Amino acid sequence: MYQEIILDHYRHPHHKGLRDPFDAEVSHVNPTCGDEVTMRVGLTRDAGGEPAIADVSYESLGCSISQASTSVLADMVIGKTVAEAMDISAEFLRLMQSRGEIEPDEDVLGDAVAFEGVAKYPARIKCALLGWMAWKDATAQALALDGALEGEK
Amino acid sequence: MTAAGELTALDVEAVRADFPILGRAVRGGHPLVYLDSGATSHKPRPVLDAEHDFYTMHNSAVHRGAHLLGEEATDAYEGARVRVADFIGADAGEVVFTKSATEGLNLVAYAMSNAATAGPEAARFRVGPGDEILITEMEHHANLVPWQQLCLRTGATLRWFGVTPEGRLDLSNIDELITDRTRLVAVTHQSNVTGAIPPVTEIARRAHAVGALVVVDGAQSVPHQQVDVAALGADFLAFSSHKMLGPSGVGVLWGRRELLEAMPPYVTGGSMIEVVRMEGSTFLPPPERFEAGVPPSAQAVGLAAACDYLDGLGMASVVAHEEALTAHALEAVCAIPGVRVLGPLSTADRGGAVSFEVAEIHPHDVGQVLDELGIAVRTGHHCAWPLHRALGVQASTRASFYLYNTHDEVDALADGIRQAQKFFGTA
Repeated sequence: MYQEIILDHYRHPHHKGLRDPFDAEVSHVNPTCGDEVTMRVGLTRDAGGEPAIADVSYESLGCSISQASTSVLADMVIGKTVAEAMDISAEFLRLMQSRGEIEPDEDVLGDAVAFEGVAKYPARIKCALLGWMAWKDATAQALALDGALEGEK
Repeated sequence: MTAAGELTALDVEAVRADFPILGRAVRGGHPLVYLDSGATSHKPRPVLDAEHDFYTMHNSAVHRGAHLLGEEATDAYEGARVRVADFIGADAGEVVFTKSATEGLNLVAYAMSNAATAGPEAARFRVGPGDEILITEMEHHANLVPWQQLCLRTGATLRWFGVTPEGRLDLSNIDELITDRTRLVAVTHQSNVTGAIPPVTEIARRAHAVGALVVVDGAQSVPHQQVDVAALGADFLAFSSHKMLGPSGVGVLWGRRELLEAMPPYVTGGSMIEVVRMEGSTFLPPPERFEAGVPPSAQAVGLAAACDYLDGLGMASVVAHEEALTAHALEAVCAIPGVRVLGPLSTADRGGAVSFEVAEIHPHDVGQVLDELGIAVRTGHHCAWPLHRALGVQASTRASFYLYNTHDEVDALADGIRQAQKFFGTA
């Protein structure tokens, strides 16, 4: 389960730290172990006017799986459109819930395929998903704000 | 050694042979090293057989049915009550079968808020603004959250003892905490994280001096100590069957007779009523008043068998064995650089839960490496989140010992921790 990529991200997490500017900030916790993440998402518009992820910044305390997963998440979604990022997120969730019975799609998931072993250890699935759930929440809130602002124009 | 008789050293191999699950291999052929009895204990054959025999031979709904099976089932259930009462030195009429320790503690908390609308005999249980409920920062959530909720329901104020850096109860401000405003003190008899055993009898004495009730969480003590309710000096003691070699789904609330007699019920329904009319109902005396519905009879019979099993070995022998394991574990774990034990480092007034931090490795990851080696521990905050905050840690790894553990298993734990350190590169 502990592939080298995971340990690498754990030791040297990417995009860590809380940064400005951002559009929404959330705090999530895993009640069974106390692992926590505070995450900020900043949106932008891409060349086609689609909402895109400008930045994902975070502070977190947790196990190697939750920390590495959040680091990989940030790598995967920054610079993508929200729609693309949501697809990646849905594919990652599918992988986590697969009990190790599906082949992960490396084209979609990139480095996140390294977590395929986690699916065989149900106790660690919430660890791998902590950052992703926080990101989805923050992004949804950022989009809602964006939509509200759009409505006002 | 006791004056009354010889202390027989536990024959651990013989004990282990009584527990079928201990024969399992896990994670690719490793023998199971089960160090999570603080979460739940395993069941010896006599307990499994007693429950099974009830279902195959005597099963029936107790206290109802004018037929032979009903009689046998009722005898078995009430016989279990007597047996369990004897295990803690109590009267059978003061033993209420519950679902668990958690439910027992909730039972008292809800009796107190229900007292607001019960008869005059329940007046002594009423609390409201200006009254104080005193708990501790060391408590398992089962003996913490229900009291928070009681205060929310009634307007009483929650106060609490802190913990020392050593993981013991901080009694330095006991004079400010136990006052004439104190109506109830709820305290653990043994911490499920630090193993610390607070001076419950002394705390009870102080609480009674101001007229406060005393509720004790015995979930970790009754399975691992020789507990006698008279000596304890409390008003209520809650514990769970599944932590003391018995089946899950049944627990015990012991309460002083005069208190149970004055308390309103929590769960109501069949079995606990005297007369039911559409306009209103009356309730039976205790313990039946607090046992609504068809009870967990097979499980109660299993719990009685667990009491027989423990007494058969002799609790003094069980205690001695656990103390030796705990001393060994404290020594072995503390000897590992980068490991910090949360709790007292000697076995004086200290039970067999050894929780620890491994520098730079999250408990989940420690637990994962141990699991791969066949070693079962618990990781997280062990339902004692405020205690972890008070000790300055996010989460911990906990090994907890019981009569079926061995010194080799303690060595395996220490070895496993070192392997985790190698794997994560912190050794």
